[in-house]
Amino acid sequence: MRMKSGLSRQLSQRTAFAVLLVATIAVVMVTLFIIVRIAVSGAGALNWSFLTQPPTDAGRAGGIFPALVGTFYLMLGTLMLALPIGVLAGIYLSEYAPRNWLTRVINLAIINLAGVPSIVYGLFGLGVFVLMMKFGMSLLAASLTLACQALAMTITTSREALLAVPREYREGSLAIGATKWQTIRHLILPQARPGIITGAVLAMSRAAGESAPILIVGAAFIVPGLPQSPFDRFMALPYHLYTVATQVPGVPGDTKWAVALVLLAVVLSFNVLATIVRLRARRQRV
Amino acid sequence: MTAASTVSRDRMPEHSTTKIRTEGVSLYYGAFQALRNITLDIPERAITAIIGPSGCGKSTFLRIFNRMNDLIPGARVEGTIQLEGIDIYDRCIDVVELRKRVGMVFQKPNPFPMSVFENVAFGPRRHGGNNRGELADIVEKSLRQAALWDEVKDKLDKSAFDLSGGQQQRLCIARVLAVEPQVILMDEPCSALDPVATLKIEDLMRQLSNSYTIVIVTHNMQQAARASDISAFLLMEPDRAGVLVECGPTSQLFTSPKDKRTEDYITGRFG
Amino acid sequence: MPRQRSSATTAECALEKGLRRRWRLGERAIEGGIFLASLLAIVVLLGIVALLLRQGLPIFSYTPPWAFLFGTRWYPVSEPPTFGIAPFFVATLWVTAVATAVAVPVGVACAAYLSEVARPAIRETAKPIIELLAGFPSVVMGFIGLLLLSPLIQSMFNLNTGLCGLAAGIMLSLMSLPIIVTVSEDAMRAIPDDFRQAAYALGATKWEVVRHVSIPAALSGISAAMMLGIGRAIGETMTVLMIAGGALAMPVSPTAPMMPMTAAIASGIGNAVRGGLQYQALFAIGLLLFLMTLAVNLVADAVLERQKRKFQR
Ligand SMILES: Nc1ncnc2c1ncn2[C@@H]1O[C@H](COP(=O)(O)OP(=O)(O)OP(=O)(O)O)[C@@H](O)[C@H]1O
Ligand SMILES: [Mg+2]
Repeated sequence: MRMKSGLSRQLSQRTAFAVLLVATIAVVMVTLFIIVRIAVSGAGALNWSFLTQPPTDAGRAGGIFPALVGTFYLMLGTLMLALPIGVLAGIYLSEYAPRNWLTRVINLAIINLAGVPSIVYGLFGLGVFVLMMKFGMSLLAASLTLACQALAMTITTSREALLAVPREYREGSLAIGATKWQTIRHLILPQARPGIITGAVLAMSRAAGESAPILIVGAAFIVPGLPQSPFDRFMALPYHLYTVATQVPGVPGDTKWAVALVLLAVVLSFNVLATIVRLRARRQRV
Repeated sequence: MTAASTVSRDRMPEHSTTKIRTEGVSLYYGAFQALRNITLDIPERAITAIIGPSGCGKSTFLRIFNRMNDLIPGARVEGTIQLEGIDIYDRCIDVVELRKRVGMVFQKPNPFPMSVFENVAFGPRRHGGNNRGELADIVEKSLRQAALWDEVKDKLDKSAFDLSGGQQQRLCIARVLAVEPQVILMDEPCSALDPVATLKIEDLMRQLSNSYTIVIVTHNMQQAARASDISAFLLMEPDRAGVLVECGPTSQLFTSPKDKRTEDYITGRFG
Repeated sequence: MPRQRSSATTAECALEKGLRRRWRLGERAIEGGIFLASLLAIVVLLGIVALLLRQGLPIFSYTPPWAFLFGTRWYPVSEPPTFGIAPFFVATLWVTAVATAVAVPVGVACAAYLSEVARPAIRETAKPIIELLAGFPSVVMGFIGLLLLSPLIQSMFNLNTGLCGLAAGIMLSLMSLPIIVTVSEDAMRAIPDDFRQAAYALGATKWEVVRHVSIPAALSGISAAMMLGIGRAIGETMTVLMIAGGALAMPVSPTAPMMPMTAAIASGIGNAVRGGLQYQALFAIGLLLFLMTLAVNLVADAVLERQKRKFQR
């Protein structure tokens, strides 16, 4: 460390910290700006009938009801498919997995699954669910695709939540003749629940905001009614935003912003929900 | 161990008083040998204390009796450990059933994150009891046995974490009692407690020894001298493997130890 | 560690005392299911690889790999079609480079401020907000870029269109910022305090400690953060599809309209005949994309593991 005079060292510290502060403020401000801007510009066109009416005139008028419902179905489908498997796999990795090559391979697979681009999941869904399994471009194919994408997250969060449960509980339970599964089922899982829920909610939030994969495996620009079965095509909020923003000329600005607002509100409210679950659990444990 | 010798052991007259018998027991953590060739009889309905300096393998030895070491990857046991003449490391033994009969209390009180009632009811529930009335009876009986009933009878629905350390430890004992074991293993049950709570637990052990076989690991010489009937002294050899130096009635071991090393230890010359 | 020994007598005694081994088939079945579920992660990953290989590799019998990678002309529907993805590849590089150039310095500065300088109250407020950014759907980022950022860039650089690599890169930088901040901050907070104390004892100012102790000690964590950010930028689709410009020509500067690889897949797959040459070519792009992110993530993971071990105990 080169020692400069005290004054200039103080000065360089001041400058440096000012730069760091500006960077932080900038990021926070941009984030808040985006939220506020979308809220302000979108609020104008947002009303009850916008939320409850189907779109007309290729999205230039009417509402977004089918897209809302479609996104809701997608979140539900993703949750129902990815959560149970994520919890089971998380239990295996935290409670059963021996330290061997197979466990290492599983963990490596999870890390890599988390990094696979969403568009590649889309190609996977197209090849496997749409074509090979012949589900067609459908809600089911899209849910399965998004569930595959969510798997890495639900497994990881479940595993971490389970690993965070103190070892003493496991020993205490086994030492009075509970079986391993009983210990997990009645002692460990309940303790890990908040962490698991946090992961599940985040996974749902992601599924709600994802557009690249569903654009490939089944989201439709406009469908007249709501999907009646898992094999129907569907509308989804993010895809709807994409089309009104880039594919359809002459959509009123307000309408676009309102779609963005609804999408952002859905996604962020689930994010906030996850944070609340996490914080509440932390407070309880203390 | 041949079938013939097992049978002949069974007919030996002193068997009625020996609850657990270990013979030539060694334990390895991977390549590291933690215990060497320990042979010890643990009498029924009495308190056996295991003493020795830190790291000599007391906990390791204790955890052999309910096969808690099975949970540690790479741990390996050699020799014979018999509970009432049955080799508990035999292939046909059910570890879960074994642990119902041989319960364990740990050094740090480890109540479960649930109510006092549910803590005690945890074992019985897992073993098929679901009748609320029966459970309530079992819980009350166990808490009374653990000398905790009067202190907690009004807070059965409160979190177990709200109890004091000593109460928590007695709760853990009640939790073990609730599954009606035959043997209770205690690994330094008082090391996290103050003297008053410690005395309470010792009184409790005395009472329990009328109907249970108790094996306790302790660092505290006075505690061993006060509370146990039989004492076993473990020590590390230079290669850090624990061996049994001496074992006998507590009064004798503390007043006239046969081995020089025992004498050095109990008089506080090392350890 | 059950041992392979048993004697008839012990077995009988055990039976008599109720210690006999039980099978608990229900629990075994559940545990079997648990194991199978964990294999699913491998199955999906292998499935992705297998599918990309099966659908993507056949294109190389029509266009040799080098022509595919280095060819600059992508004319999937002309006669005969040509498939050169160099412009897409270069576009991805441009966009990722811009995103990294913006996100890494800003992200590391944020992380340094939050972990080393900020009061807890400020940290607890700023962090959740930055993490919120990670939750923004990429289509919303594309939308913002389209309506707010690209007009700005158009007028600033006097361009024909503001839809260009630069605009996409800047929006992507916002999307990789949260992960860079989080991972770098974790790395800095993991540094034991004695490191800093030692420097303070030598009379260093706080900034000197940050600069000469904290940041260097967290360097591997910071580089992992950078890799993860890059991985995120490479794989992002909607934002670049909406605002990178979508031009097929080789982009010569970041201000040119361009078509990154993800956007090429997204915009082409709808029109491609299933099993046709274009379809195969798009899967081959997917394969390349997969391999790139795989490499980036593996490196990041290895670096993170090393960093974690560095300060253990
Ligand atoms: N899981 C393990 N893996 C490897 N070695 C272990 C393990 N547990 C204990 N050991 C080693 O075995 C030896 C005996 O440990 P043990 O915990 O039984 O000692 P102890 O007598 O109970 O000590 P203390 O009085 O401090 O509790 C020690 O050398 C210890 O380092
Ligand atoms: Mg011990």
